[in-house]
Amino acid sequence: MELNAKLPEGPLAEKWDKQKFNLKLVNPANKRKYHVIVVGTGLAGASAAASLAELGYNVTAFCFHDSPRRAHSIAAQGGINAAKNYQNDGDSIYRLFYDTIKGGDYRAREANVYRLAEVSVNIIDQCVAQGVPFAREYGGLLDNRSFGGAQVSRTFYARGQTGQQLLLGAYSSLNRQIHLGKVKMYTRTEMLDVVVADGKAQGIVTRNLRTGAIETHAAHAVLLCTGGYSNVFYLSTNAIGSNVTAAWRAHKRGAYFANPCFTQIHPTCIPVSGDHQSKLTLMSESLRNDGRVWAPKTVAIAERLRKGEIKVTDIKEEDRDYFLERKYPSFGNLVPRDVASRNAKEVSDEGRGVGASGKAVFLDFAEAISRLGEDTVAAKYGNLFDMYYQITDENPYKQPMRIYPAVHYTMGGLWVDYNLMTTIPGCYALGEANFSDHGANRLGASALMQGLADGYFVIPYTLGDYLATIGPKAVDPNHPAFAQTKKDVEVRVAKFLSMKKGTKTVNEYHRDLGHIMWEYCGMARNEAGLIKAKGLIQALKADFWKNALVMGENEEINFSLERAGRVADFIELGELMVDDALMRRESCGGHFREESQTEEGEAKRDDENFSFVAAWEYTGENQPEKLNREDLIFENVKLTQRSYK
Amino acid sequence: MNLTLKVWRQKNAKTAGKMVTYPANDISPDMSFLEMLDVVNEGLILKGEDPIYFDHDCREGICGTCSLYINGRPHGPKQAITSCQLHMRSFYDGQTITIEPWRAAAFPVVKDLATDRSAFDRIQHAGGYVSVNTGGVPDANEIPIPKPIADEAFNSATCIQCGACVAACKNASAMLFVSAKISQLALLPQGQPERYQRVQNMVAQMDEEGFGNCTNTGACEAECPKSIKLTNIARLNGDFLTAKIFKSEEIHA
Ligand SMILES: Cc1cc2nc3c(=O)[nH]c(=O)nc-3n(C[C@H](O)[C@H](O)[C@H](O)COP(=O)(O)OP(=O)(O)OC[C@H]3O[C@@H](n4cnc5c(N)ncnc54)[C@H](O)[C@@H]3O)c2cc1C
Ligand code: SF4
Ligand code: FES
Repeated sequence: MELNAKLPEGPLAEKWDKQKFNLKLVNPANKRKYHVIVVGTGLAGASAAASLAELGYNVTAFCFHDSPRRAHSIAAQGGINAAKNYQNDGDSIYRLFYDTIKGGDYRAREANVYRLAEVSVNIIDQCVAQGVPFAREYGGLLDNRSFGGAQVSRTFYARGQTGQQLLLGAYSSLNRQIHLGKVKMYTRTEMLDVVVADGKAQGIVTRNLRTGAIETHAAHAVLLCTGGYSNVFYLSTNAIGSNVTAAWRAHKRGAYFANPCFTQIHPTCIPVSGDHQSKLTLMSESLRNDGRVWAPKTVAIAERLRKGEIKVTDIKEEDRDYFLERKYPSFGNLVPRDVASRNAKEVSDEGRGVGASGKAVFLDFAEAISRLGEDTVAAKYGNLFDMYYQITDENPYKQPMRIYPAVHYTMGGLWVDYNLMTTIPGCYALGEANFSDHGANRLGASALMQGLADGYFVIPYTLGDYLATIGPKAVDPNHPAFAQTKKDVEVRVAKFLSMKKGTKTVNEYHRDLGHIMWEYCGMARNEAGLIKAKGLIQALKADFWKNALVMGENEEINFSLERAGRVADFIELGELMVDDALMRRESCGGHFREESQTEEGEAKRDDENFSFVAAWEYTGENQPEKLNREDLIFENVKLTQRSYK
Repeated sequence: MNLTLKVWRQKNAKTAGKMVTYPANDISPDMSFLEMLDVVNEGLILKGEDPIYFDHDCREGICGTCSLYINGRPHGPKQAITSCQLHMRSFYDGQTITIEPWRAAAFPVVKDLATDRSAFDRIQHAGGYVSVNTGGVPDANEIPIPKPIADEAFNSATCIQCGACVAACKNASAMLFVSAKISQLALLPQGQPERYQRVQNMVAQMDEEGFGNCTNTGACEAECPKSIKLTNIARLNGDFLTAKIFKSEEIHA
């Protein structure tokens, strides 16, 4: 299939306006004749469901959580960007656009990113109108902080709980529509397949997680807002339930998967402490505003520290290497995430790491505490410091935090055109589930912005165009595709439930997959390693279907069954990520191919050969996927080697 | 460490439950409480037994999903944290730990340690919002809000909807939870137009869900992982009274 991103013509700044004018409208009286399914009610899904219902569409929404308010968006800490220029420090829509394109290492579409920057300002207005309690200055106006990859302060925040407050805002709008009867909400319900009838997405198949009931739901369009797939690495900062199943099932029904290997490793997370660990905890990027990253200057000092012969406070100032400040004087501790992560890894690999495992560096607040006082630091970051204290039993007010990079976000996702439609007509992807705006590396505070942009300000316009084209005639739930897709799901569930004689738990397979992905498809990748990983994953997959142990029955809450389905999908996705990483013989953003680096060890792009989006097409069980390319055309920015020196 | 767990097992809301004893051996003090349960569950699965079901997701104290009643206290022995933030270093070798679900008529057991807290969602549906549509709102800085007010609204807004307040209360009252939302919006200028209607609607829904009355014992505040204060309840009561005396005519017109 020919990929058509449907990018509007004309100057960058006029594209979105033009598109909005050219898109067909559904007249107000006809809107109530349409039915839309929204899968996932995090920031992207809740904002979309509420906004579409406000317009008059009938919405049915689903989430696997027991309440929409528990979506993983709730955990976002640091903040949300917007080009408001309230600080008068030189920000503008163009600058936010430029920072995001550059931060993404020139692997995103100009038109999408510009639109994102454009609507960012509306998001803040919307959230404030809902009663979201953003941080304020004494004068009563909104406060901002700065984030990595930018030299202006454009990040709006609500202490270290920004995602929580934004989600509660979207959740409240959703609740209002549920109350008005325009949204029907299904909680503890998992989508297990998309129904594609006559070439269009016309419904989904779900499993009620409490009763096991497998049901079909019909609609004129299906929106997948199901989040990212970081948990393919087993250990990540994502919530335990975050998974790829919805996107992967859609992929197998015809939605292309774009840039799957573009994953973000966040530099400041609490290091792994042992094999029992079930997840990793982020320490927000905002901490790098006031925290200074360092490691001992020499391997010898680091060794003595690791052995407990000296304490961190014994290390003299001149024996500390503030390596980010040293190497990147203009951005310092606020370099983008990919750069900060790679440097922390390098330092640890050299033997200068700290903590028992040697896989950590320091994030130090001593200077900030002496400059601002403990109270001010506590007011800004108190909840993060408490979280750190709970987990490590070390007091970060008294000694520096130990941090290490961890998997955090996935830039890759379902391929969508400018209207957010996947390659299945009528099937859309919003939020982290799509690949659209962050290229090969996402800047901090931009995911919340993108999720809400998609849901509040993009889909309400673009969806109407498709709906107006297909017309309001009700979807036929008796189309054979519904019964067939439901049957497929039932067969798969029955297959899992027959795996009672297995010898290894699903969780162990997940952990094994995570080890493979982290080792060979993590912060640094090379050809030999990736080839090896592919073999290991294929073997793991074969073993899974032979020896995995799944407990219980369908007609009850059964997390063994739920996990089995998710892990089986992760294994398949893992293989595609490795294929993608292998194919992309360049480094860009978070994708670091060791074969392609500058003399200083920075990621080296190959624009001539790889300035494209890789959109993978499923071609059948155990068949290699087909690569489709969408060339990226830059008309406004000049591609350069990123420099944060 | 080696521990003995006494865990509430209940197949579903229709069947009766009972306490079952399990050993939990070789537990590291660095594990979180939920990781300890993971270890026990992996063992149960390998023995072909039904693993213990409990709700959880973020495992960092923000989503409000985890909800364990540990040794007679919601979210366990430590103050101001959730079950998932509790670490095994808070227990001692050889200790017996009892783990139960929230107990409240309005929170029926789903399975084992998980309850159905959708009553909370329904209370939110009844009025936990400012009625604005997407688009057409004023510039964010056109609504200045004094910092102390904004901060106080934020404090109320940090409620994670976990239900520990209900579990802690001998009457299973939901007042702390409901008052947190009422307070957040009552403090902010955006919440004024619907202020009195909101308090009536949310309280009516709370009563309909079968939560008990508030008798001001303060157990909820003591156990709330987010330190939501009793002053919120005072604010709710004030608004509720005002609505009754002065505004009911207007509201029900
Ligand atoms: C710890 C942490 C901190 C972060 N901090 C920031 C930050 O400061 N700033 C920033 O911009 N970004 C941040 N991010 C990233 C950002 O939070 C996420 O990218 C964003 O919230 C994703 O929103 P979403 O709506 O796409 O998905 P989610 O919020 O993950 O929602 C997914 C929804 O889909 C549902 N779902 C999934 N699969 C199914 C299925 N099969 N069937 C039914 N329902 C399903 C879930 O129930 C849920 O409702 C952070 C991320 C993490 C992990
Ligand atoms: S008030 Fe506290 S205890 Fe009650 S639901 Fe909110 S956070 Fe939980
Ligand atoms: S699991 Fe999210 S608060 Fe405990």
